[in-house]
Amino acid sequence: MTATHAISFTINGQPHEAAVEPRLLLVDYLRQHMDLTGTHVGCEHGVCGACTILMDGKPVRSCIMLAVQADGHELTTVEGLAEGPDNMHPLQEAFWEAHGLQCGFCTPGFLMTLKPYLEEHPDANEDDIRHAISGNLCRCTGYQHIVDAALLGAKKMHAK
Amino acid sequence: MKPAPFEYHAPLSLEEALALKREHGDDGKPLAGGQSLIPAMNFRVAQPSILIDLNKLEELRGIRKKNGALHIGAMTLQSSTEHSDLVAQHAPLLHETIPNIAHPQIRNRGTIGGSLAHADPAAELPVVALALGARFRAQNADAERWLEVGDFFSGLFSVALEPDEILVEIAFPEMPANTGWAFMEIARRSGDYAMAGVAALLTLNDEKIEAAKLVYLNVGDGPVEAMQAQQRLQGATADAAAFAEAAQLAAHEDIDPYGNVHASPEYQRHLVSVLTQRALTKALERASN
Amino acid sequence: MATRYFGERIKRNEDPKLLTGQALFVDDVNLPGMLHIAFVRSPYAHARIKSVDATEARALEGVEALYTAEDLGDYWRTGVLNVGTPPIEGAVFHERLHPIIAKDKVRHVGEIVACVVAENRYIAEDAANLIMVDYEPLPVHIDPKKAMEDRATLIHDDLDSNLAAHVVQHKGDYAKARQQADVVIEREFVYDRGTAAAMENRGIVAEWDAKAGKLTMWDTTQAPVIIRNGIAGMLGLSEHQVRLIAPFIGGGFGPKILMFYPEEMLLPWIAMGLNRPVKWIEDRNENFYATTQERGQTHVSEIALKQDGTILGVKDTFWHDNGAYDPYGLTIPINTQCTLLGMYRVPNYSTEFTAVFTNKPITSPYRGAGRQHGVFVMERLLDVAAKELGMDKAEIRRKNFIPPDDFPHKHQIIYQDFSELTYDSGNYGPILDKALELIDYQNFYRTRKPQAEKEGKRLGLGLVCYVEGTGIGPYEGARIQVQANGRVSVATGIGTQGQGHYTSYAQIVAEQLGVPVDQIDLVTGDTDQFHWGVGTFASRGAVVAGNAIHAAAKRVRQKILDKAIEEFEGEVSQDQLELVDGHVQILGNPDTAIPLGELAQRANPMRGAVKPGTEPGLEATDYFGPEMGATASGVHAMIVEVDPETMMIDIKKYAVVHDCGEVINPLILDGQIHGGVAQGLGNAFYEELVFDEMGQITNASFMDFLLPTALDVPRMDTAHTVTPSPLNPLGTKGAGEAGAIPVGPLFAQAIEDALGLEGFEIREIPLSPRRLWELVEEHKAK
Repeated sequence: MTATHAISFTINGQPHEAAVEPRLLLVDYLRQHMDLTGTHVGCEHGVCGACTILMDGKPVRSCIMLAVQADGHELTTVEGLAEGPDNMHPLQEAFWEAHGLQCGFCTPGFLMTLKPYLEEHPDANEDDIRHAISGNLCRCTGYQHIVDAALLGAKKMHAK
Repeated sequence: MKPAPFEYHAPLSLEEALALKREHGDDGKPLAGGQSLIPAMNFRVAQPSILIDLNKLEELRGIRKKNGALHIGAMTLQSSTEHSDLVAQHAPLLHETIPNIAHPQIRNRGTIGGSLAHADPAAELPVVALALGARFRAQNADAERWLEVGDFFSGLFSVALEPDEILVEIAFPEMPANTGWAFMEIARRSGDYAMAGVAALLTLNDEKIEAAKLVYLNVGDGPVEAMQAQQRLQGATADAAAFAEAAQLAAHEDIDPYGNVHASPEYQRHLVSVLTQRALTKALERASN
Repeated sequence: MATRYFGERIKRNEDPKLLTGQALFVDDVNLPGMLHIAFVRSPYAHARIKSVDATEARALEGVEALYTAEDLGDYWRTGVLNVGTPPIEGAVFHERLHPIIAKDKVRHVGEIVACVVAENRYIAEDAANLIMVDYEPLPVHIDPKKAMEDRATLIHDDLDSNLAAHVVQHKGDYAKARQQADVVIEREFVYDRGTAAAMENRGIVAEWDAKAGKLTMWDTTQAPVIIRNGIAGMLGLSEHQVRLIAPFIGGGFGPKILMFYPEEMLLPWIAMGLNRPVKWIEDRNENFYATTQERGQTHVSEIALKQDGTILGVKDTFWHDNGAYDPYGLTIPINTQCTLLGMYRVPNYSTEFTAVFTNKPITSPYRGAGRQHGVFVMERLLDVAAKELGMDKAEIRRKNFIPPDDFPHKHQIIYQDFSELTYDSGNYGPILDKALELIDYQNFYRTRKPQAEKEGKRLGLGLVCYVEGTGIGPYEGARIQVQANGRVSVATGIGTQGQGHYTSYAQIVAEQLGVPVDQIDLVTGDTDQFHWGVGTFASRGAVVAGNAIHAAAKRVRQKILDKAIEEFEGEVSQDQLELVDGHVQILGNPDTAIPLGELAQRANPMRGAVKPGTEPGLEATDYFGPEMGATASGVHAMIVEVDPETMMIDIKKYAVVHDCGEVINPLILDGQIHGGVAQGLGNAFYEELVFDEMGQITNASFMDFLLPTALDVPRMDTAHTVTPSPLNPLGTKGAGEAGAIPVGPLFAQAIEDALGLEGFEIREIPLSPRRLWELVEEHKAK
């Protein structure tokens, strides 16, 4: 039962190969075997969104995916957003300015959900954004500053 | 909450997948989107010994219009279906329904076939399939066959696939002319399983109803067609009074809801009554345009 | 001073790390050789344990160790009483503490029966599933009243009933007041709450370094210093041999302050025994049972009034669902008793509660900590009274406000901090005025609601008031040091849960030292850095730690000035100096500026002498212990539309006016209010722990335990009034729980208003579309 499977995928732009046990959840592989601890585990049944990463540019819940299923795909985690420690992504800058986080545990999930959404919907209004993030739970902020951060983030992302 | 151990296969072709299914039968559980299966495995309420991951089978993805029906490959993502112009044009009921399924992140992995084969009585797609008279193509290592929707759903979380079969394609027939449609559900929060939901179709002949379809979710073992309500509507004038009577029949005669933690059976019946009238009104509006 | 820091909307220091996924949470701790723990937890709410057979489990490859109660030997113990009985005459309290691992008997679903230590969590769970426990199920108590009536089934066999506590408090003479009343309103209420469900579950990592004789623990606790001290004692170590780190915590909200959870007592002992680091991370399913929660009370209440709406007295008797053990004492029900009084003059008050053991998880404070229940009772009684007396609901409240000149206002009953409940300061009229303005009260009833009705819509307005006791002692402390590089380090023991301490505390320091906020580094929750303190709970962080930091900062400021005067060879006086942008200089003369880092180096010389009675460097430690809590207050108002067919709701407008004295960072404060309201809203309309007759939670997952999403929580308008607290130099009061407290009665009132059914009253929380429909159907059938 512990036979491993060879997989290869891209993570934050870098190619990666591994041999993983089939039942290892993708979020556990990222956190424990790649030291990418920015993606968090909130529920392990696909509801809270804290584990959201991008697969081929689209947000997915890594707690209900198997690591073996990453084979052949391009993954992006929150660690792949900023260019460097002093050069955050405009969406991260927006969250900082608008106080879009408190404990920060759910935040990577929100960032990974919002980044592709705002890239595609630069003119999203408050209602659009609330729909877009309705699959991410936050217990600290009451969402208002997250929405403010998203609106600000869209502006920053599309500023020329 | 970690899954129990299992053997894993990721076949690269349908042929390979069917060979595995032939070899393992019911022990070989197909893995489609995994958005229902993997949570169940994390809770260990599902402990399949063998998983056959279908996600590499590109041949099972795709949407085509053919012979007056929309053919959707079983592994087509819900999100692809959501954004498909073909679906919007030729299966507007499906188009209206899909955004109600969970959240975008789930729809980025969940598949049309996976949801239908899982046959959760609270799911939206079985209801649409029944309303549109969908047909299901199943294949095993030797042959293929088509199942009618009436034969496909066989009970609580059950479908009539043989142990060596995989669902490969679903055909959604186009609606007849002069047909209006509506899908509506009432959920505690956007994206939750609904407390009640309905897919309604209304085909008009002048002001009379030539045919009506009312199919409900979460009120029985699978998608439930409101036979008496449909009968009451057939041939009737399409007006509020008829809708109210149909709603009454649907809510109190045609369904036998179990209730759940969010809704008692009585409240579900009440919602069915309200939804029926609202959905029929909307369908009428669309049929008249 | 050129720049103001205190009171400014400053970006948070901690955010870049959190935003880039670089912040350390407990589950991010990964140590070489680390083993992983899974527990076998009882599926029964009440049962005797006949035997535990772990043979197959022990033999599983990858299992390193396995423990049942017997395996703990002399180390087996129960938890520790966190809060004792307050000094209330006649109070009865039966202390019954939870075991580290259940022995002989389990008393709620989820109690630990065995512990597996394995190479990874997957194998640990496999092994846990192989352990066979033979239980003898016993009858289950889920209702407090029934549990009291049934003496045959005792949850704690050594007691003669299931009584956990009984407390009576009064002020004045309610019986006399009732006789003199023109109107007496009597009602029964049910108020239930749920679990905090922080996004991060609990977790612990423990590492024992035998050579150094040092135990290090990472723990998602809100009380790092106390845990460290207690664990040291339990393991026979000196306090300095134990380092407790509470790193970034993913939300606490109360349950992470229950001190000495079974897992907290167990992990370090295992680490020492195996000589390998061990980790346990709670999963979401466990969290519903293994982490404490708040639950319900049923109240029989009455209010006696004069015809003009003046309150003469209130009487309230309630049952409190305690859960299987009571390590947190009586904080919740006593908060209920005290917070019921609200903003009002209540000259006569009689309050009594009976807390009963039930076969359910332990209850301990969750954001609001019992205040919700009290506020619900009072606000609902006033709503009924207003209707009976034909008074406007805002005016009946205003009429009874404690006037601004009647502070400090003593209530003559005992509060959770063991002192007499006293409101330090308050000015309620302006808060109400502002709320009425924000919600456009007059216009709503004159125009908006009638207009909506014409369109077939049901709109309702809710308006409720509350007072919140905050900022209680005993104390907090801080050590502040100007470093050689000019950055200022601040160390405190309080811990954090996401409420911005790294920034708001830095703002307090910045205000005193003239150093920019982003040059100030806070360390909190690491007992190696600061080992005195209590914890973050009860809305006390800003008040107590904030004031300790303020006091220490003032001392450092004085040292800077003293040293600067020395540097200027005594030719200037203190008043001629200013601290600007990390420098000390003569007023308005930047040419004289000395960078503080350099000054600090000079204060720590390699040659010369440090004068007797002084200390090297520019560092100071100070503490703050308030004699009692400071009371914040507020008003919430809401406009809601109700679909009369489905009973689904849509919140159209939500306003909060809050007074927490002087405000450190308005952005952070608003965030606290928003988050509190969201949890209050969850409590009012979404979150409900559904226990079945067997004591199982039937909705123990995020599928069915409903947390509000961004589509459920409205945009909120917030405004503040400032009535400083006389109890501390900063004039601040706490704000952490305020948003969550009054939302229940707000919903009840607003929905009643929307439905507009004659004689229809909502007397329970939580509500839901189904429940509203049932209540309305019941009402129509009468």
